[in-house]
Amino acid sequence: MRKAAVDTNRCVACGVCALQCPKEAIGIYKGSYAVVDVAKCVGCGMCEKACPSGSINVAEVQDVIK
Amino acid sequence: MSLNKKKHWYDYLWIWTIVYFALGFFNILFAWLGMIDFILPLIFAAVGGNKWFCNHMCGRGQLFWVLGRNLKCSRRKPAPKWISSKWFRYGFLTFFMTMFGSMIFQTYLVFSGASTLKKVVKLFWTFKVPWKWAYNGSVLPDWVAQFGFGFYSLMLTSTLIGLIVMAMYKERTWCTFCPMGTMTQGICKIKAKKGSG
Repeated sequence: MRKAAVDTNRCVACGVCALQCPKEAIGIYKGSYAVVDVAKCVGCGMCEKACPSGSINVAEVQDVIK
Repeated sequence: MSLNKKKHWYDYLWIWTIVYFALGFFNILFAWLGMIDFILPLIFAAVGGNKWFCNHMCGRGQLFWVLGRNLKCSRRKPAPKWISSKWFRYGFLTFFMTMFGSMIFQTYLVFSGASTLKKVVKLFWTFKVPWKWAYNGSVLPDWVAQFGFGFYSLMLTSTLIGLIVMAMYKERTWCTFCPMGTMTQGICKIKAKKGSG
């Protein structure tokens, strides 16, 4: 299954990804970086396309905890 | 934005950005209203420890989205990595604050009478554009108008930079090195660390 992952060190916490996410699976943690709720993420990649700092990468992951 | 989300009043704040520049075109005193965009994000960060302003209320960020995504004015290509690197972000913040300080000093010079009111808007901290129609005197002292011209210059310049990077790269590339964004994220990170430590 494809899931979004955030490079928290690079993330500028602008929140564009959270606005774009159709599943409301992204939140901005304490104004510091984006956090993806993996259980909600469907791997659509809308956040990755919107991210201006290239901090989100949607990739295949194995054994996702349900 | 996505199809199934409820629209809020603050989703339309991109209109504010246009209104702001329009008002300042006719009367420079309106430039002072831009202070809201300076103070509000800092209050959110310092008090709430969040970037709710950037995330939901930034009219400039929204305008770049409307123009870049909805009106297809952006190439939507990834920006070079150095643009969102820490040294560039903090370097740009330092440069921006230095320029802000020099603008405050210019205002002080007019206040003290060492300098006179210059009815110009300075673009990219270099190019002087005559703007004399925007002020014909008022009951307020000249330094108030001087600050208006200086602040309007700063707002217009940063919006123009934002529009250029919007067209060249991702819609909201400006957000990656926006001085307000860097400052508020910095405050939030310090607060988050203190809270957990």
